[in-house]
Amino acid sequence: MSDQGEPNGEAGEPSGAADREPAIGADRPAAELSPPPALGGRPALSIRDASKAFGAVHALSDVSIDLYGGEAHGVVGENGAGKSTLVKIFGGVHPPDSGTLVDADGNSFSLNGPADARDAGIAVIFQEPTLFPDISVAENVFVARQPQRRGRRIDRRSMQRQTRALFERLGVPIDPDRVARGLSIAEQQIVEIAKALSFDAKVVVMDEPTAALSATEVARLFGVVQSLREGGVAVVFISHRLEEVFAICQRVTVLRDGRRVLSQPISGLTAGDLVRAMVGRDIAARVHEHHPRGAAVLRVAELSRAGIFDDITFQVHAGEVVALAGLVGAGRSEVARAVFGIDEYDSGSVHVGERRLAKGVPIEAMRAGIAMVPEDRRQQGLVMGMSIEDNIALASLRALTRHGLLISSIEREFATNWAARLQVKYSRITNPATSLSGGNQQKVVLAKWLSRDPTVIIVDEPTRGIDIATKAEVHRLLVELSRSGVAVLVISSELPEVLAVADRILVMREGRLVAELAHGEASEEKIMAAATGQADVPAPVEAGSA
Amino acid sequence: MSTTSAPPPGSELASAHRLVDIVLRARTFGIIAVLAVLVLVAGLIQSRFVGGGEIRFILSQTSLYALVAVGEAMVILTRNVDLSVGSVVGLSAYVSANMFGTDHGISTFVVFLVGLSVGLGCGIVTGAITAIGRVPSLVVTLAMLYIIRGVDTIIVGSGVVLASTEPNSFLNIPQDTLLGVPELAIAVALVVGVAAYYLNTFRSGRDLYAIGSDPEAARLAGIPIAKRVFTAFVISGALSGVAGVVWAAQYATIESTAANGLELQIIAAVVVGGVAIFGGSGSVVGAALGALLLQTINSALNVIGISSIWTEAISGLLLITAITLDRGIQLRLAAALRKRRVRLGA
Repeated sequence: MSDQGEPNGEAGEPSGAADREPAIGADRPAAELSPPPALGGRPALSIRDASKAFGAVHALSDVSIDLYGGEAHGVVGENGAGKSTLVKIFGGVHPPDSGTLVDADGNSFSLNGPADARDAGIAVIFQEPTLFPDISVAENVFVARQPQRRGRRIDRRSMQRQTRALFERLGVPIDPDRVARGLSIAEQQIVEIAKALSFDAKVVVMDEPTAALSATEVARLFGVVQSLREGGVAVVFISHRLEEVFAICQRVTVLRDGRRVLSQPISGLTAGDLVRAMVGRDIAARVHEHHPRGAAVLRVAELSRAGIFDDITFQVHAGEVVALAGLVGAGRSEVARAVFGIDEYDSGSVHVGERRLAKGVPIEAMRAGIAMVPEDRRQQGLVMGMSIEDNIALASLRALTRHGLLISSIEREFATNWAARLQVKYSRITNPATSLSGGNQQKVVLAKWLSRDPTVIIVDEPTRGIDIATKAEVHRLLVELSRSGVAVLVISSELPEVLAVADRILVMREGRLVAELAHGEASEEKIMAAATGQADVPAPVEAGSA
Repeated sequence: MSTTSAPPPGSELASAHRLVDIVLRARTFGIIAVLAVLVLVAGLIQSRFVGGGEIRFILSQTSLYALVAVGEAMVILTRNVDLSVGSVVGLSAYVSANMFGTDHGISTFVVFLVGLSVGLGCGIVTGAITAIGRVPSLVVTLAMLYIIRGVDTIIVGSGVVLASTEPNSFLNIPQDTLLGVPELAIAVALVVGVAAYYLNTFRSGRDLYAIGSDPEAARLAGIPIAKRVFTAFVISGALSGVAGVVWAAQYATIESTAANGLELQIIAAVVVGGVAIFGGSGSVVGAALGALLLQTINSALNVIGISSIWTEAISGLLLITAITLDRGIQLRLAAALRKRRVRLGA
């Protein structure tokens, strides 16, 4: 990915070396942690040299991790580092392209589906728990494995009793007989954990279990993790919140761009070490130089929506690119959607120039001159089956009509002009949007909105899944756009991108704006520290900002 | 059992559970209540309606519908639908009745077996295309509706099976009673009972609910979705095949248009009976009661002297009422459960 970029002379270790060996703390004594109990120090489960690619994207490359019974193993990394892919491999959802799993006896095995993972004693608790809303909690715990009595009939009484016992063990009172519909996320997780206990899982993988939990629920979950460990279970704990990883994990693995950069006992490591390991790559060359900005065009004041985002205040000036950085789930896209009127908000205001926008009315935002390029271009940005021409013209149809009729020659000229301005590479403009590469599709979406001559443009993840060359072009385009007087708001999870295009960087964490960094003072470390809540991390040595 | 974490009886949790339970049962009670009111009102207007003859007639009429509705309910539970049941009943009715044309003395048991086989065959084809070929059942069964009806028309041509070719013992099946209850109704009640027991008591039966409740979660739970959906379609086909023989006995004169449009009445009965149209919840007992309710309305209007033109409109109205009511109850229930949780979580 972006780490293949040209070295730009800034300090820091060459990225290649960092990939191959644990960069941080490798020289520290191998931890005063008590050796993993039982099994003669052998891992309960290992994953060996696992690789997985989706099309051209290498989600995981040669990742090896050992999981020990009685330990919680933290897995951290930036968005897109490969954590979710790892979870799906453990769950038997995606088989790896290469590499294997190794059990406690040293035998290699592979998983052909979720049922295999269960039979191998691996339980995965996905970010979105997978319960059946219409059936009872007890049956959810034992689905497809209901206890049976004579004649293979389901023994409901035993099922109910066992479920009750599991909940007692977990210390959570949930009625086994109620239907799963209406359970909170925290309760659903508990049901999933009960399920894992019910088949004596040796390994329990939790994918960001705390993302949607309140503080008390997190504390309860930690108690459950503790009791799982005491029972000899190996827990894999994936989280964005480093303080949680430090609170409950004995070992930690850092993934970056699909590779393992660190895997070792957590004692002796600091949050700063982890943040650096997560980020540590060459910083892409900056595209632009300083430029005077105009008046504040988009003004967002004290925007709040209960449980989603809180007290968000910022301005975007004409001629300025502002980036909204943060982790997935921090509420960035939600703020953008509220500003554009797709979602409602509870309080606060949005102004474009002097005009206050009514909430929840996208057409008003469009009339006021806001354009929004959504995150998911295939679902929301383009009509994939429609021609390139029609897609470009879609948002400007009114301007292309004469006496209420759409004139195809005018439309053609319009679309061809815009495609040329954005250097869209196509064979025929009447081909469907599906015929284009991801990068060119994104340019078509941009063309569609730029052709409306917006005063404010909001771009959500502008370069996701786009090759490096086109990425740079899109970056250049955004900067040029701002220099022509447009206020540009970019939402991006890719830090090099944020640093490349933004004049100002706003960092969100858990629904709040937690930091504002000027172009000159920003670094990947600072952004990550703010985004993960480690604001007190000592400034990294190579804090080389221009 | 004495741990403090066990919810004490009468706690909020227990009452939340009761609430869910009550709502789920309310549906069955609701149908029975509507039935009672209906019978009462119709009986007051026309006392003949509550006589034994009329009730027997309704029961034996319902039997056929309930039989098909049980199979349809099992398919709908899995978030699929079977639109081909009407055509299967029609084909089976003709093929089985026609057996008497070629051999007047053939045993009724064999005729039922033939009807069953016709239904099984259709169910296997439909199930295989839907479950193994992964084609949406709406499309597959719509196609099967026309294909089977087409086959029926080709076989029958412009011909008809006339009542005179069928032996009286066969034509009397709908009228035969045991202790005053139509034998047909008893037989169908047994089928309903067996189906309900199967769905409640065996893993493969519970799987149907899981699949309909959340297909993706069912896949993650390792449930063999294709196998279960296939089975549901085969059962639906088989029961429709048997129902075809009943149809032949009931109507005696069979043309190629027999049971045309039956599928929509069946789906209406299933949904009125409380089976969620997107699967996951409901019961075959409910579906059978739904069939009974629709048949009773039919007869009541007939007895009171209202034109049969109205019955379809009223069935439609009932369907909308049932669905609206369901939706409302579900929203209320979700809100109630949320409120309880907030109080508990505090």
